[in-house]
Amino acid sequence: MSQEQGTTAIPRPAVEVDEESAPFFDGAARGILMVQRCDDCKAWLAPVARLCSECLSENIAWAQASGRGSVHTFGIMHQLYHPGFRSEIPYNIAVVELEEGPRLQTNIVGCANSDITVGMKVRVTFDRVSDTITVPKFAPAR
Amino acid sequence: MGDSLTLAARAVKLALEDAGLQKGDLDGLLVNSGVSGAAARADHNLSLNLQTTLGLRNLRLANHMNGAGSTAGQMVQYAALAIQAGICNLVACVFADAPLTPGQSAGAAYASRGAAPGMAGLGAHYGFFGANASYALAARRHMALFGTTHDQLGAIAVSNRKWARMNPRALQRSPLTIEDYHRSRWVCEPLHLLDCTLVNNGGVAVIVASPERAADLKQPPVYIQGMGQGHPGNPRRAGYENEVNTGAAIAKGAAFKMAGVTNDDVDICELYDCYTYTTLVTLEDYGFCNKGEGGPFVADGRLEPGGSLPTNTGGGQLSGYYMWGMTPLSEAVIQTRGQAGERQVKKHNLVLVSTQGGVLDYHATLLLSPHKSLQ
Repeated sequence: MSQEQGTTAIPRPAVEVDEESAPFFDGAARGILMVQRCDDCKAWLAPVARLCSECLSENIAWAQASGRGSVHTFGIMHQLYHPGFRSEIPYNIAVVELEEGPRLQTNIVGCANSDITVGMKVRVTFDRVSDTITVPKFAPAR
Repeated sequence: MGDSLTLAARAVKLALEDAGLQKGDLDGLLVNSGVSGAAARADHNLSLNLQTTLGLRNLRLANHMNGAGSTAGQMVQYAALAIQAGICNLVACVFADAPLTPGQSAGAAYASRGAAPGMAGLGAHYGFFGANASYALAARRHMALFGTTHDQLGAIAVSNRKWARMNPRALQRSPLTIEDYHRSRWVCEPLHLLDCTLVNNGGVAVIVASPERAADLKQPPVYIQGMGQGHPGNPRRAGYENEVNTGAAIAKGAAFKMAGVTNDDVDICELYDCYTYTTLVTLEDYGFCNKGEGGPFVADGRLEPGGSLPTNTGGGQLSGYYMWGMTPLSEAVIQTRGQAGERQVKKHNLVLVSTQGGVLDYHATLLLSPHKSLQ
């Protein structure tokens, strides 16, 4: 939570929805984790693909993922690269490997940074960061 | 000190003087710009503008190349192949960068600021910035899989500094203990500040020639005995351990076969060491030890002055200077020539140069020797 109020608070870098990413953000707003998947060979293509990197098909679809995964690796950022993170330093960054196979960059929420471990089981949760944008994050699976 | 174009031009001038050549002797130019090259104003851009700046005419080989940190190794390879094929005779391979501007932190120079639209912008929104974060994630995976420790990573930092203290060109020459390493501030856990490369401005040029031509020049020749490249391109998904496997394992084969050597023949390692972790995982992938055993391997002092596998003998990128792949290559040339002074390794018949780029994505290997033949 930001400690600063009003117009002095600088937010995290904004997410801007475009035509290609709309299914992802629409899904997130509805509490569903959408991941790109080749419609021909069914390879998962996270985070985003122009052609299928397995079979070169351009029939890229969005498919619903279970939301379950585990922490493949993580880091704790102490260096401030963007002023929007000033109140969150140190914050965690993580790569979560979904049960289906693909890996996503994300943040882990719902536990202290010191509780995060490689291999920890997690489940997707959704963070409404603005009136128009919801993004997936991951929390320890209970 | 100058923008990257100025630094590059000065480096070529110095290399010509070092070799005893005139600029009109050059008929090849390969250029690698760092992070400031693309962002700079067009007339300060380090690119093929360098040809115009140097007034080089009638070049028979010219390109601006980008394999990230592996480019230095790659440029020397393409120059050598072109010369062997008879396309050209004398090629300057140049890297320069000026990421540091007054008032800007070193980290800021390497972190991209703007968030892209759509999926490409998510990384910035989650707070993933820069190579420090990416390599921290990689090091963490190695620690989780294999039990690699901070003491082991710190041993690399300590070793590099011992070599740097003997290098007049090194930027960090004060004593460094393992305790100092542990106390250095976190950048992105598990990486401390002293796990991370320096960032500095500068330029380095290397001139590649045929053996016959090199024999006429001022400096002792440095012969290329082996060349190889490896770029894994593994998918980022289950079943692939991207963070702990580099392109070195692929690059090694061609290079060592070309030279007709094994690991036991390597006297000195000059390895791209943007992070302590990079040295560790690279040594594994060259087969000096098994995958996962890099921690104990680096921790017993063998990389240090007087050790059995002298590594990064100028201080590397951690304590020497950060000129991408030109850091290991420049030190390799100096050692191979026998010109390293106080830090000269006595046995320098075969020097391994590893240049790598991205986050363990691109790799180019050179094996160098003062001897024309290794037989």
